[in-house]
Amino acid sequence: MTETTITKRLHGTVTVGEALPELSYPVTATTVVLGALAARDWRPMHHDKDFAVNRNGTRDIFVNTPNLASWFERYITDWTGPYGRLRRVTFRMLGSIFPGDTMVFRGTVIDAGVDDTGCGWVAIDIAVSVDDDAKTTCSARVALPVTDDDNPWDRRGDRWQP
Amino acid sequence: MSAIKEADIAGLIGVEQYEERGEFPVEQGYVWTTCSSVENGNPLFWDEAVATAVTGGPIAPPTMVSVWFRPHHWAPDRSTPGLPLQIHFDLKEGLGLPEAVMSDNTIIFHEPVRPGDRLVTRQILRSVSDQKTTKLGTGRFWVIDVEYRNQRGELVAVESYTGFGYRRAEAATESEGTGAAS
Repeated sequence: MTETTITKRLHGTVTVGEALPELSYPVTATTVVLGALAARDWRPMHHDKDFAVNRNGTRDIFVNTPNLASWFERYITDWTGPYGRLRRVTFRMLGSIFPGDTMVFRGTVIDAGVDDTGCGWVAIDIAVSVDDDAKTTCSARVALPVTDDDNPWDRRGDRWQP
Repeated sequence: MSAIKEADIAGLIGVEQYEERGEFPVEQGYVWTTCSSVENGNPLFWDEAVATAVTGGPIAPPTMVSVWFRPHHWAPDRSTPGLPLQIHFDLKEGLGLPEAVMSDNTIIFHEPVRPGDRLVTRQILRSVSDQKTTKLGTGRFWVIDVEYRNQRGELVAVESYTGFGYRRAEAATESEGTGAAS
């Protein structure tokens, strides 16, 4: 077995205003159906185009919201590496994402700090857009190690104040 | 399950309701299904040695917390499970607001969820606004928390939903059929 390469983004290396790398992904009907299955969302507008068009009045099936949460998590931890530990996320749903769309995730670090327990955190504003039109936004706070031997996942009880 | 009428609201703020156990334990296979669906290569979910070193053993992606309460499409001898966010539907019914949307949703993460965990959820009504009028119609905003705990009673996550139940200015039509919080 080959050894996994681990990204370990340290809190001190992040600057407010820094942009996360963009993630662009072409959405197909398969993407939507995989996401519906993964979120156990059996409602027909996430797999049945006839239902989506004729009952929901949308142009096609569309990505379900819990699966978008998984996309945002992946976007964040692609950047932080596995030592990044989510503290909180807030989603705002603005529009739907359909097969044929290219969804683009863009994020910016808007704040950073160390809390009273010594846990380093950064705040990131992210939007997933299609043709520059934001479909869902996500405000996230994620803990990052403050030193090379710090690990946010070791924090429990009063030492974890998300 | 019962409609929440105006007179019931004050007595239900902060009260834990609708305790429900997940239909199945948290499972590694479903973690891979979800990671695969979004091409999430985080080694915490794919490499046991990394998971052991970083998180003390395998964990599930934190944002999957509500997935463990969405039932399979069919199961033998299933009784009718409560709808997700039952309080949302109780408010719609009791306040006579036929339409509703969820405007935003926050999840706060506590203890990691691990394969084999059996989670329990409870719903808590936090607030109901006075009557408001938006471009959708006239109605009320409410905030519902969904708490998730593991089999040891440890808090693993709190989801907070803001809903707006309303009545359209013109005649309303139902747009979809099944169990969605909509």
